[in-house]
Amino acid sequence: MTLHNPNTPAPRGTSRRRILGAGAAGIAVGTLGLAGCASMGGAPIGRVVVVGGGYGGATVARYLRLWGGNVDVTLIERNDTFVSCPISNLVLGGHKQIADVTRGYDGLRMAGVKVVKAEVTAVDAAGKKVRTSAGEFAYDRLVLSPGVDFMTEGVAGLQAALDSGRVQHAWKAGPQTLALRRQLEAMPDGGVYAMCIPLAPYRCPPGPYERACMVASYFKTAKPRSKVLVLDANPDITSKAGLFRKAWADHYAGIIEYKANAVLREVAGTTAKLEFEDVKADVLNVIPNQRAGDIARSAGIVNANNRWVGVNWLTTESTAAKGIHVLGDSTLSAPGMPKSGHMANQQAKVAAAAIIALLRGEPVNATPVVVNTCYSFVTARDVVHVASVHQFDAKDATFKTVPGSGGVSAAANQIEGRYALSWADNIWADALAG
Amino acid sequence: MNLADRRPRRASRPAGSTRGLRGLRGYVLLAAAPLLAMAAPAALAQDANLGRNLAATCANCHGTNGNARGDMKPLAGMAADKMLAMLADFKSGNQPATIMHQIAKGYSDAQAKAVADYFAAQKPAAK
Repeated sequence: MTLHNPNTPAPRGTSRRRILGAGAAGIAVGTLGLAGCASMGGAPIGRVVVVGGGYGGATVARYLRLWGGNVDVTLIERNDTFVSCPISNLVLGGHKQIADVTRGYDGLRMAGVKVVKAEVTAVDAAGKKVRTSAGEFAYDRLVLSPGVDFMTEGVAGLQAALDSGRVQHAWKAGPQTLALRRQLEAMPDGGVYAMCIPLAPYRCPPGPYERACMVASYFKTAKPRSKVLVLDANPDITSKAGLFRKAWADHYAGIIEYKANAVLREVAGTTAKLEFEDVKADVLNVIPNQRAGDIARSAGIVNANNRWVGVNWLTTESTAAKGIHVLGDSTLSAPGMPKSGHMANQQAKVAAAAIIALLRGEPVNATPVVVNTCYSFVTARDVVHVASVHQFDAKDATFKTVPGSGGVSAAANQIEGRYALSWADNIWADALAG
Repeated sequence: MNLADRRPRRASRPAGSTRGLRGLRGYVLLAAAPLLAMAAPAALAQDANLGRNLAATCANCHGTNGNARGDMKPLAGMAADKMLAMLADFKSGNQPATIMHQIAKGYSDAQAKAVADYFAAQKPAAK
């Protein structure tokens, strides 16, 4: 059993904590007693700065307060509100409003998290501080949960098309979601909506196929002569393939058309130029290739395929920099682990438990477990899921899916339609403390 | 890893746990806990949070500490035996489910027990 992560330095801070950390094996009964006192008040056991208030960052901030007692937690987020990517495809379909997927940070504030609206400009790993548009913040441990940013290089014209607003990605929920919805509303009946899907790995594997369903559900009633063209760079549907194919046949025959191995080369106007053909669309929606959020790059911790951040899964600490934990879509995923909001929330709890233990000089949990569930709407009410359970494997030092566990829905159904919306209510409250 | 091999899991409950006393068995185990703490302090420090950490994997759907919203089943305060029977029925297929038959199979029996004990000790939040 791992008692202390050998890659992690003893916690810094007061000499009391250092002494207890170093002597944990010998005087752990005393350690326990003092840790119990520390959680009841007195000086904070440490300062944690969290960058990014999405599923990962909000959850780690909340659970550091919930489990850590007196941890000084600052959450730095550039937006005023949390806008969920999950469920946001229903906004595109006209079945939900953006307000339905938007929540505030007041719950976290009530829980004692200092929520700061600012843009992080630099991470000073040596000096243990982050620089932001609202000043500097010192930390004992830093958590980066920046999500993804886009790699538009390699697709001529894409960045300019995104910058101009002519083409939306809508792969970060918020203004882009609304802009794409407006384009769909403005499109004449008989028009073509084309969506380009990047090669995996990308955020939310089933998300693009759910989006095809949602746009098609809108067209079916509002613009029945219109088409949804799915241009997928992958050789097949990457998640819940059988269930999506069935939904398309059952509900959207003649509306949704799917092309595999459709790698986008260039964007010209609203034309998607593929290797062997040009596809003219009325509304072009490009989900670009993705990599770890820009702040991870500027912090110098992107060390996997020049795209992702490798982490120690017992602690989520970066393998490139001590004291910096990374959550969610920015990480180099363990085998079979999707980039999803649910998974980021689960990783955040592993991180919160580990950070508290490290600040206290206690051993970290040697046997963490994370679960994923992704619900996808195939109609306004019918939903399909994919689920997986991942146990930490000490020998290979990574999470592995448990053989025989997990799976997908037997068929699309309305019971899971209700569960999907309740899932959202529960995970938003779990992450945002309200 | 088989958690049951590692140490008596019952000793993991904090002495200050607020869960209800369920007969003599509970008294005996609480009395034994300090002795185990002396024998394996480092292990205890980790184990004290095992149930908490595992139960947190349920919170995405079933609410923080099992206080669920909407159509999800609340788990806070559910008797441990009831939850264990339910999880066993999901695993075996005796209890039809949309998703829990797939998720329950991801946890060992010892982990299920730790989860059940943790939720049994939680107070349902006032609505």
